[in-house]
Amino acid sequence: MGSSQFFGAAEIGYFVAMMVYIGYFVFRSASAGKAATVVTSVSFASQTAAILLRWFESYQMGIGRAPLTNLYESLEFFIWCLILGYLIIEFKYKTRSFGAFITPIAGLTLGFIDLTAMKTTIEPLVPALQSNWLLAHVTMAFISYSAFGLSFAAAMMYLILKTDDRKGSAYWFWTITAGIFVSVLVAMLADYLNYHILHTPVADAKDALLGSTFRNKSSLVRLLSYLAAAAFTGIVWRYGGVLKRTFTYFGVSAELLDQLNYNLIALGFPIFTLGGLIFGAVWADQAWGVYWSWDPKETWSLITWLSYAFYLHARFIKGWRGTKVAVVAVVAFVTVVFTYLGVNIFLSGLHSYGEMP
Amino acid sequence: MEKPDKNNNNIVEKVWKFFTSVKLAAALILTIAITSIAGTVIEQQTEPAKNVKLFVKIFGAKLAPSIYSASDAMGLMDMYHSGWFTGLLVLFCANLIICSIDRLPKISRLVNEELSPMEEPSFKKFSIHKEYNLQGNIKDRVEDILKTLKSLGFKTVEHKSADGLQFYGQKWGISRYAVYVVHLSIVLILLGAVIGVKFGFNGYLSLPEGESSDVAYTRDGKTQPLGFTVRCDDFNVDFYNDTDMPKEYKSWLSIHENGKEILSQSIEVNRPLKYKGYAIYQASYGPVTDKNALIILRVTPSGGKTETMSMHVGDSFKIPGSTIEGKAKYFSPALAFNKETKEPFTYSEMMNNPAVYLEFKKDGKDLYEGWVVKRYPKTWDMPDGNKMELVDYWGYQYTGLQVRNDPGVWIVYLGCLTMLLGLYGAFFLSHRKIWVLLKGTKNQTTVMVAATTNKNRLSFEGVIYRAFEMLTVQR
Ligand code: HEM
Repeated sequence: MGSSQFFGAAEIGYFVAMMVYIGYFVFRSASAGKAATVVTSVSFASQTAAILLRWFESYQMGIGRAPLTNLYESLEFFIWCLILGYLIIEFKYKTRSFGAFITPIAGLTLGFIDLTAMKTTIEPLVPALQSNWLLAHVTMAFISYSAFGLSFAAAMMYLILKTDDRKGSAYWFWTITAGIFVSVLVAMLADYLNYHILHTPVADAKDALLGSTFRNKSSLVRLLSYLAAAAFTGIVWRYGGVLKRTFTYFGVSAELLDQLNYNLIALGFPIFTLGGLIFGAVWADQAWGVYWSWDPKETWSLITWLSYAFYLHARFIKGWRGTKVAVVAVVAFVTVVFTYLGVNIFLSGLHSYGEMP
Repeated sequence: MEKPDKNNNNIVEKVWKFFTSVKLAAALILTIAITSIAGTVIEQQTEPAKNVKLFVKIFGAKLAPSIYSASDAMGLMDMYHSGWFTGLLVLFCANLIICSIDRLPKISRLVNEELSPMEEPSFKKFSIHKEYNLQGNIKDRVEDILKTLKSLGFKTVEHKSADGLQFYGQKWGISRYAVYVVHLSIVLILLGAVIGVKFGFNGYLSLPEGESSDVAYTRDGKTQPLGFTVRCDDFNVDFYNDTDMPKEYKSWLSIHENGKEILSQSIEVNRPLKYKGYAIYQASYGPVTDKNALIILRVTPSGGKTETMSMHVGDSFKIPGSTIEGKAKYFSPALAFNKETKEPFTYSEMMNNPAVYLEFKKDGKDLYEGWVVKRYPKTWDMPDGNKMELVDYWGYQYTGLQVRNDPGVWIVYLGCLTMLLGLYGAFFLSHRKIWVLLKGTKNQTTVMVAATTNKNRLSFEGVIYRAFEMLTVQR
């Protein structure tokens, strides 16, 4: 078996785990919880094997490099760190209820990998990328991204647990965020069904992502998709209290979530500063002779960094606690996602449009 | 802060107060973040045409021209070098420095504050607080308790009172300064950046193989004398197997001063050359098409010794030790063959697949002819056992060098280092205090523990509870 089979097995495993965790959360069945943990652990082991195998295979191909140097590999590594972090939390705090909120982040990432037709083959490196600084940079950046991802989940859970006033802005905030998040996830599932199960052909690989729904050729489908997403968000808004009661059933304390949210950011922030910003700058300095050139990626990293700095100051100086900082943590994670994916998709899109004749 | 005194409320104080404000900090951080976003959408320092198209796409053809010229006037097309963006950063620094200075006296009081023993009722007021009953009287257990406190990292003071025997201590008070170290480091980094921009030089230099220069150029065409001469001795691109994916760009450079060679070194993308404060980076490369370059061949006659020969296209040469005459008829920097017609053609101006067409004659009669391709050793062997290796087409390529002199970069790195130290202190250390009160009967000791920390309460609490819990189960 090669690395891609192990990756494939892990991918399916994580999807199953996500479903089972959600099932566990909704139906509170203890055996489902155990099953979810087992599936996650097995998938994690498979993914670990896949990453190691891929490393080995690159040596066999005469390329010889750690599997951390392109978009695909870095996203796999992100998922790996996220799941590792989750398993540690599950073990440490002896609660599985978080699984229903963290595995969907992995699911979303996997869907993204699957539907954007990104290169998954092992490619040799162009000269600029042949640097140990790059390796340190990517590894640490992704460890911090997964810490931020976990803090995002903790912040969402906190908001769910603490707000029940349907008129309150924090309640609106989390219901809309959850609505968008789940709608995108479901839209990706629809894509998966459409292309992989029904084998509907795609004209252009670039249009595959959300092509069955929000980016469909037919404006009717697009309209229906948006309506469905809006309706779903409405349902979340109306019945969000049910989630809160479920949490109460699992005995998760708001204080723990708030603390966890902070601890994860306190872990992620220094790592991001060192790996994401400083190592990135040292590498750029080595390769091109400029440590900072304000290119969109660098600038968005800075924006992410400022967002988390804002979080820390809001918490420490203004004494913001709970709901307010949780909202900041959610927004800050959106900037993380944009830094990593949005810059590639939207800004390069805008700029390459500018380059068209 | 002291109570504001109405009479003393002059301008200086008002300005000071304005800069100590955390609201200002939040506003500045948000403003810098949001304006930076604009800078990532609008392409910076590029030809106007690109951004005009972008504006048309976003605002439509009608509005675009006026919005474009307004944005241009505001410096949005080269935002990070504009006066107002620099101004924002200056304000931000002032805010950081003044806010930190303003708070330091209070912090230093907190750090240097002596602890004092507490009365028994006060113990219960702490959020980290617990009581333990240990077997054995105080005398028996006091050593264990001191050991526990030591293992927790506390040096404690002993105090005897009517309440009982008390130990108390604190650690890592100094970590309260850590955030100020972080703030200072930001100022250092910006200072280093300013020094780099003001006193440094960042430019480029294109050197054809075999040529030298004692100046470099900035993007806007200014000349910078280097104080020494750089020569490009050679340049080469290596590719992965038989693909066109570059594996390595390499320039062989030498530095000359007063006509003497001082240094000779090869550089690659991640390995620059450093000399006299300048760093020279491999940045790009390209062909010098109007140059009459030299074909360099390594010729090994069958059974003979290898010799290196150089010639121009069209020149003839002799295979050493024989009467065979060779001629370099054509050169192609990137040879390929048409799949159907098998016709040779050149698919790129770059030296992706350099090849030379050689023709051999003996006594006026044609012997053999064909392509010798640098990347394919199989083509080097001639039918009669002679070997012709194409080494280079020297003088055909130029190397694009980035030349930089940045006296501020060390300050930037120093700032990065202090930032890491500061972040470590700010996040992983906290100012911790502990009090332990012992009261005993003949064979039992009651231990009352109270503790505080300015951060990470849950983890400190866990550590303390675990340590003291151990004492109850022992023996
Ligand atoms: C983006 C730049 C900044 C960064 C990266 C930064 C970093 C930090 C960090 C890491 C902390 C510690 C938070 C914690 O303990 O978890 C902190 C605290 C603090 N920062 Fe900043 N800071 C920045 C800008 C500013 C500015 C402009 C001000 C000016 C008002 C400021 C004022 C403070 C204050 C007053 C504290 C709390 C100090 C205390 O707890 O005693 N910061 N900062």
